[in-house]
Amino acid sequence: MSLLIQSVVNGLNQGAIYALIALGYTMVYGIIRMINFAHGDFIMVGSYTLFYTIPLMIHAGMPPWLSLFVAISVCVFVGVAVEMIAYKPVRKAGSMSALITALAMSLFLQNLAMVLFGANPKSIPAIFTLPVLEFFGVKIQSKYLLTMSIGIVIMLALSIFVKSTRIGKAMRAVPQDKQASTLVGISVNRIITTTFALGSGLAAVAALMYCSTYPRATIDMGSMMGLKAFVAAVLGGIGSIPGAMIGGILVGIIEIFVKVYIAPGWYEAITYGILIIVLLVKPTGIMGKNIGVKV
Amino acid sequence: MLTIKDLSVSYGAIHAIHNVSMEVKDGEIVSLIGANGAGKTTILHTITGLKKANSGSILYDGTDLQKMDPSKIIQLKMAHVPEGRHIFPDMTVVENLEMGAFIIKNKDEIKQKEKEIFERFPRLKERRKQLAGTLSGGEQQMLAVGRALMSSPKMLLMDEPSMGLSPLLVKDIFNIIKEVHKQGITVLLVEQNANMALAISDRAYVLETGNITITGNARELLNDERVKKAYLGQ
Repeated sequence: MSLLIQSVVNGLNQGAIYALIALGYTMVYGIIRMINFAHGDFIMVGSYTLFYTIPLMIHAGMPPWLSLFVAISVCVFVGVAVEMIAYKPVRKAGSMSALITALAMSLFLQNLAMVLFGANPKSIPAIFTLPVLEFFGVKIQSKYLLTMSIGIVIMLALSIFVKSTRIGKAMRAVPQDKQASTLVGISVNRIITTTFALGSGLAAVAALMYCSTYPRATIDMGSMMGLKAFVAAVLGGIGSIPGAMIGGILVGIIEIFVKVYIAPGWYEAITYGILIIVLLVKPTGIMGKNIGVKV
Repeated sequence: MLTIKDLSVSYGAIHAIHNVSMEVKDGEIVSLIGANGAGKTTILHTITGLKKANSGSILYDGTDLQKMDPSKIIQLKMAHVPEGRHIFPDMTVVENLEMGAFIIKNKDEIKQKEKEIFERFPRLKERRKQLAGTLSGGEQQMLAVGRALMSSPKMLLMDEPSMGLSPLLVKDIFNIIKEVHKQGITVLLVEQNANMALAISDRAYVLETGNITITGNARELLNDERVKKAYLGQ
């Protein structure tokens, strides 16, 4: 019983991280039909920002989690810069060029990080120092509860933002009809930039959540996590915001449950296996809608 | 109000529009008629900047539209109801109208406009919470017009509003255009349904493979032998 509850909490925590990353993939895909393969690397950027700024915060006598805001700023800057410098010029050149550019950006960011920060993993100082809670004999790390709640609150806030604000509605309108969006006065380019900024900001929050669970930053951390979050986005239905949240949480829970109850070494095989089965049964993913691709 | 001079537009090597000049005066309904592929839609697209011209000028109230970002043109109070309606299918009727008022930031003003549109189109009010993609063709066309009116335009460009509608709905749509015009909105109407278009217009231009071949008073064109033969099926 105790193990089950702990696994649920861990699974939700892990799932919330994947969900936040998957949101970045899905929002960008929704708006420009491109898989931003460099998105995972934004988490690496966020994690290294945390590594370098947490000691500064502590030194200045401030709580370490304030570094999150530095990480968000850095990630938003990098995300928007990548979009403007690398993606925008090839936007009209077709999806293959965009895809290759995204892969190249991912490699570029990783290698740039290697030059700047070195190849050795960095150990990230504790972000939250919170006690272990005990409910009826079940021990739960309260930092897991905290990061999980941060993830859920951010997802709720994003849902409300996209559902009811003017900019959020424009973000939904642009992928539905770019021409009509332009005619009603929406600057499509500005909405695309906003989407990248939001996605990168979410990646920074995911970095904070990840680093408080696994306090280590490596150059390639983003590509592996990004891949799993990408799986989550596809599982939930790429382009669908609720789909990314559901897909992310599912992948997190499956991962932890397989690790705990089946065989630790098998979790990736089972996650990808489930993806294959879902795609066979419902190619558009759980929440995805069947939209005909126009030739 | 709108003056087009020597406009030429091409798609790659294909010339779609050759040296077209036309004018729409304040308060008029002007229609642009012609067969499929004559370039009518291209002209409208070039006016609102969705397509770039090769040469020529488009002046609207003294502003050179070609120098403007397409998303800024609606701020000059010119709204474009595109061919094929282009509503936002996964948004509700109300949300579509709200998008039409994207440039308006005052929420009360948007609510007021919404009320006016719903008075004009009671059918849309009934379906306000429905996803626009699930509306019938006629309702979608009304929504497209309603969305354009949300920005309080002075000039409305309408591209084939009767396309794909039943004769009864076509009549409705033309009545709506007349009403909109009565409220002081200048209309540039692109139509294949020449009969109906000429019946409500002040003046008309006939476009044939990218050239304006006939122009004049709409009533006169209705009786013009060439127009009758080519576009009125007589």
